[in-house]
Amino acid sequence: MLSYLGKRLVGAVFVLAGLSVVIFLIARVVPGDPVRMALGPQAPQAVVEDLRKQLHLDKPLHVQYYYWVSGAVRGDFGISLMTNRPVTADLKEYLPATLELVLFASILHGLFGLILGIVAAAYSDSWLDNFVRVFAYIGVTTPGFVFAVLFMLIFGYWWHLLPVIGRIGYGVTVPPTITGMMTVDSLLTGNLPAFADALKHLILPSVALSMGAMSQEARITRSSMVENLNKDYIYMSVAQGIPRRIIMRKYLLKPSLIPTVTVFGLGCASTMAGAFLVELIFNWPGFARYGITGMLMKDLNVISATVLVVALCFVVVNIIVDLVVAYLDPRIRLQ
Amino acid sequence: MATAEPLLDVRDLRVSFRVFRGTLSVLDGVTLAVRPGERVGLIGETGCGKTTTLRAIMRILPREARVGGGQVLFAGRDVLSMNAGDLSAFRRKGASLVFQDPTAALNPVFTVGQLLDEVIKYSQGRAMPAKERRAVAAAALRDVALPDPARILNSYPFQLSGGMRQRVCIAMAIGVNRELILADEPGTSLDVTIQDQILRLISDLVAKRNVAVVLVTHSLGVVRETTDRVYVMYAGSIVESAPVKELFRAPLHPYTVALLECIPKLSGERISQGIPGSMPDYLHPPRGCRYQPRCPRAEEGCAAGRPPMREVAPGHSVACYRVAAQGGEDR
Ligand SMILES: Nc1ncnc2c1ncn2[C@@H]1O[C@H](COP(=O)(O)OP(=O)(O)OP(=O)(O)O)[C@@H](O)[C@H]1O
Ligand SMILES: [Mg+2]
Repeated sequence: MLSYLGKRLVGAVFVLAGLSVVIFLIARVVPGDPVRMALGPQAPQAVVEDLRKQLHLDKPLHVQYYYWVSGAVRGDFGISLMTNRPVTADLKEYLPATLELVLFASILHGLFGLILGIVAAAYSDSWLDNFVRVFAYIGVTTPGFVFAVLFMLIFGYWWHLLPVIGRIGYGVTVPPTITGMMTVDSLLTGNLPAFADALKHLILPSVALSMGAMSQEARITRSSMVENLNKDYIYMSVAQGIPRRIIMRKYLLKPSLIPTVTVFGLGCASTMAGAFLVELIFNWPGFARYGITGMLMKDLNVISATVLVVALCFVVVNIIVDLVVAYLDPRIRLQ
Repeated sequence: MATAEPLLDVRDLRVSFRVFRGTLSVLDGVTLAVRPGERVGLIGETGCGKTTTLRAIMRILPREARVGGGQVLFAGRDVLSMNAGDLSAFRRKGASLVFQDPTAALNPVFTVGQLLDEVIKYSQGRAMPAKERRAVAAAALRDVALPDPARILNSYPFQLSGGMRQRVCIAMAIGVNRELILADEPGTSLDVTIQDQILRLISDLVAKRNVAVVLVTHSLGVVRETTDRVYVMYAGSIVESAPVKELFRAPLHPYTVALLECIPKLSGERISQGIPGSMPDYLHPPRGCRYQPRCPRAEEGCAAGRPPMREVAPGHSVACYRVAAQGGEDR
């Protein structure tokens, strides 16, 4: 298992190195002069040239890449032309909010996708199964932002059940920044009212965000369980007189979870992508707005840093997924 | 022996499969009995329903199958109408099945030790400490002539060879004491020498513990050597049953005759052509006797109705209108 992890980590380093080149190039091939855009049309040419030099934009591409990548490995993504601050400082401010949202949404879709799938499989062809099927069709075909708007309307404006804007209500003592995630920080500091409030704010956006992945995970769990239920190795356990609940929980679930875990990894990726729109709708101060504005302004360092962070998250999720799959499937682990 | 109560008594068992094209009426009234300690052979062409019969007995038919009627009496009680508790007791202590395909029958994500342990845990009437269970599991592996049980217990099925997997399956079926073993073509997927070893192994174990066995096999030589009585199956029903010696000496049903002709004889003047024609389509099975379209001795009457099993000599029954009583052939 450890050597497997080692192999995956080495692989990840190569993937990230490759990605960094691609990301660097993409940020630079987008048309438009970033310096001119940052300084505005009125700025004198000399000032523009000065800034270009400062940003190493006058150097050849490979030299630029060298400057950028040697900063990036140290966690220094340069200065943002929009905010005039180090990009790293901006990320520290915006990223935790997004991570909190995506992590919470991923816990939701992983957990409930699994539960719904297992229930549908255990009661296959009953009304419960049909309910999950319809739910999943809706979940798969409807984009997250539609759920976001719907939830906002229903739970926010009509029923006034849950807050629909921001991360924490007015008048609630905001916990000090430790991880930057409101729920975690408030828990760490024992600030329960803030925790409850932050959690309430988190519910609607994260549920909206998790619907698609949850549906897919429910479907795949259900279908792989139902398929495996008809496999000889399950009949073998049945024929040995092993109780049904143990067969379902152990001998059926473990092999059936393998595709679910893979889909869960993809689900985390799509949650991250979906977060951009959902954050805008719920006015969630994550890095979606920061990243999008950066792209529109052609703020090179912001673009490369946001994309790299997203890529890094994918790589981390993939490693975790691979590890879990390897844990579940000895054929992969011991190869 | 002939008067002993049967341990397993299958009566008029009917099983069909619902498929996209319609309903396949596969088992069409299977009737067979096994006495305690008896070794019974079940033979017939591929697709005649041997596996389906064994699975129906264990009540582990695939989802698309329906039992359309009949009884499976085990020690006098009908398995098909047992409640969950009795059914589980029947599977834990009464009978077990050695699956035809050992690779498909072993859960790929558990070690042999884990799989065997669970079987041992539930087949015992009492709680057994884990260490003792492990010793029982190792002993079961040694019984099926697997060397180095400790290593095999820690292996996953994919790390074993086909022959080892087959033995593990047998160990799971006979590692704990049961009264009946249903062995579905053990070793067919393996080379002839291993297949031989495995069959010898089963018959040794069976003799040692006095368990009854139903052995499905395509090898008539094996049947001749290792069984007491034989059932011949054709297209979903039993067409002949007889003590093994008598069956080979004087087969009565035209199908049995043709089947035995297929054995290449060392002195043979001609090489067997196999049985002309093919198994009927279960979607539209022929009327009357299902063998009648292929039968060289068929008459008009053969399509009229299903020929019943008749005892033509002590312990020798046959389902054919063209065979008269007293073991002779009429006309
Ligand atoms: N799950 C299933 N769905 C549809 N038809 C099936 C199914 N299982 C078996 N059958 C059909 O039932 C018939 C009998 O199959 P079975 O597996 O019992 O044959 P068999 O005598 O064991 O053959 P073999 O010697 O090849 O193992 C075959 O025609 C097969 O196509
Ligand atoms: Mg078979």
